Amino acid sequence: MVKTFFSREQAIKLLLLLAAFSSLLFLFVIFIFILGEGLPLFYRVGLGNIILGFKWAPTKGSFGIFPMIVSSYMVTLGALLFGAPLALGCATYLAEYAGRKTKIFLKPALELLAGIPSVVYGFLGVIYIVPLIREHLGGPGFSILATSVVLGIMILPTIISISFDSLMSVPVTYREASVAMGATKWQTIQKVVLPAARSGILASFILGMGRAVGETMAVIMVAGNALKIPLSVLDPLRTLTSNIALELAYAAGDHRSGLFSTGVVLLIIIMILNFVANFWVKRRVAG
Amino acid sequence: MNGKLATRLALLLLIVIVFLGSLGLHRSGASRKDTITLAGSTSVMPFSEKLAEYFMVGNPKCAVDVQGGGSSAGVQAAMNKTVQIGMSSRKLRDDEKILKEIPICYDGISIIVHPGNPVRNITEDQVRQIYNGEIRNWKQLGWIDRAIDAVTREEGSGTRGAFEELVMKKEYIDDRIMVQDSNGSVKEVVATDPYAIGYVSLGMVDAKVKTLTIGGVAPTVTNIRQNRYHMVRPFLYLTLGDPQGTTKAFIDFVLSRDGQNILRREGLVPVRG
Repeated sequence: MVKTFFSREQAIKLLLLLAAFSSLLFLFVIFIFILGEGLPLFYRVGLGNIILGFKWAPTKGSFGIFPMIVSSYMVTLGALLFGAPLALGCATYLAEYAGRKTKIFLKPALELLAGIPSVVYGFLGVIYIVPLIREHLGGPGFSILATSVVLGIMILPTIISISFDSLMSVPVTYREASVAMGATKWQTIQKVVLPAARSGILASFILGMGRAVGETMAVIMVAGNALKIPLSVLDPLRTLTSNIALELAYAAGDHRSGLFSTGVVLLIIIMILNFVANFWVKRRVAG
Repeated sequence: MNGKLATRLALLLLIVIVFLGSLGLHRSGASRKDTITLAGSTSVMPFSEKLAEYFMVGNPKCAVDVQGGGSSAGVQAAMNKTVQIGMSSRKLRDDEKILKEIPICYDGISIIVHPGNPVRNITEDQVRQIYNGEIRNWKQLGWIDRAIDAVTREEGSGTRGAFEELVMKKEYIDDRIMVQDSNGSVKEVVATDPYAIGYVSLGMVDAKVKTLTIGGVAPTVTNIRQNRYHMVRPFLYLTLGDPQGTTKAFIDFVLSRDGQNILRREGLVPVRG
């Protein structure tokens, strides 16, 4: 009896171990596939001609994705400009002011926001935000501005939940000390709690950026997908992700490799963002 | 606790087995019918679906499965025999010529604008200049001083391929032009943006958008047949080798008077009759 119990324990442990490593395996396989499909083109066309090239005409032998890299960064920053203050405000309210009842109400609402499929955000963007911009601000409406607003809303849950956690992890004694010194609640938040939670909040911004860089469906719907580097917030643009999704269906041969090369660049950008975010979170734990 | 887990695992296994089993059943169920698969151009797809519906009514023993994927994917699929018939809305390149091309009808590419746009006519040169970036304002076309929101299709699309060949000649489509990834979304953008212009398959045009005449010639079936409207491309069925069995029956049906009439009713130009 004891013996079978033991072996069952072992078997379950092994099973869970396999499950744990399967995710690593998937990551590895994805990596190999994207690199395997994308790297040969880097070899043939040249790294510079792809990353710094201005012309994307894959069926005619030009694979420049520089405008898309710039555009991806622009909308990501735009999303952060729009979403970060809102999200930080919300997290601060939740962590510092909200009573139990408000929290019970707000938390599930945020989770719901995170659960709405991106195509719904994109659809609402096309129906409401794009015409609004076209009529009141000019341009075609499909623009950095529209994309930033849509992405800004989409990254709210990510930023809120992570910065909320980091605000909650600031010890109560900090707040008590500050209040004991005669500081008001806002002074305490501003001078003590927010600086103490700074690294976690920054990490939440970075992860929000990762979400924005990776978003595809909603972006295709509201960005207009023009290939030029946008010069105003009302200009249309094409991001790295939308380039892949937009053209994958029809791509063959070098065109397909070109899209995988886009994927390689995207992968590297996301890795850098995740690395930076992890670095910040670690520093917070260490400090 | 452990017993419970074991039961659950067993249950999970059972579900997986049932699921796989049902897949197998589905396979064997389908194989009782003669199934042929078409894949390729999303411009040809809706019409192939319609033809397939009619064909299956007359031939209840046959099943015709129509998939999209784009012209290039259709060519690929026909070449490596994943499908019996590939669909293309562009002409074949030289290296693709090993496939047998069967034109089933012709499709006009129409230039569309918002219904509220007063511009009615445009020349082929003007269309090219809009898309190569030389004409950027509606004032240049005799309307208000407002930028043109031109929309094109994505690289690789059959409609774009045909548009480039027929209109752009050797010139590039400008990078400022917006890109949408289907006939439907181009139409949607043009239907909602009063300053937009786009091009879609003639069969896709409806009351939500307005077609422009090209040099005074409207994109109508009559004009296309009498060779007056020039922005025309063939819709091709592609087979590897001569079609046989159900594939042949389906293609014969498409080229028959009935099949061609179905295409005509959809706003396309039949190859015969």
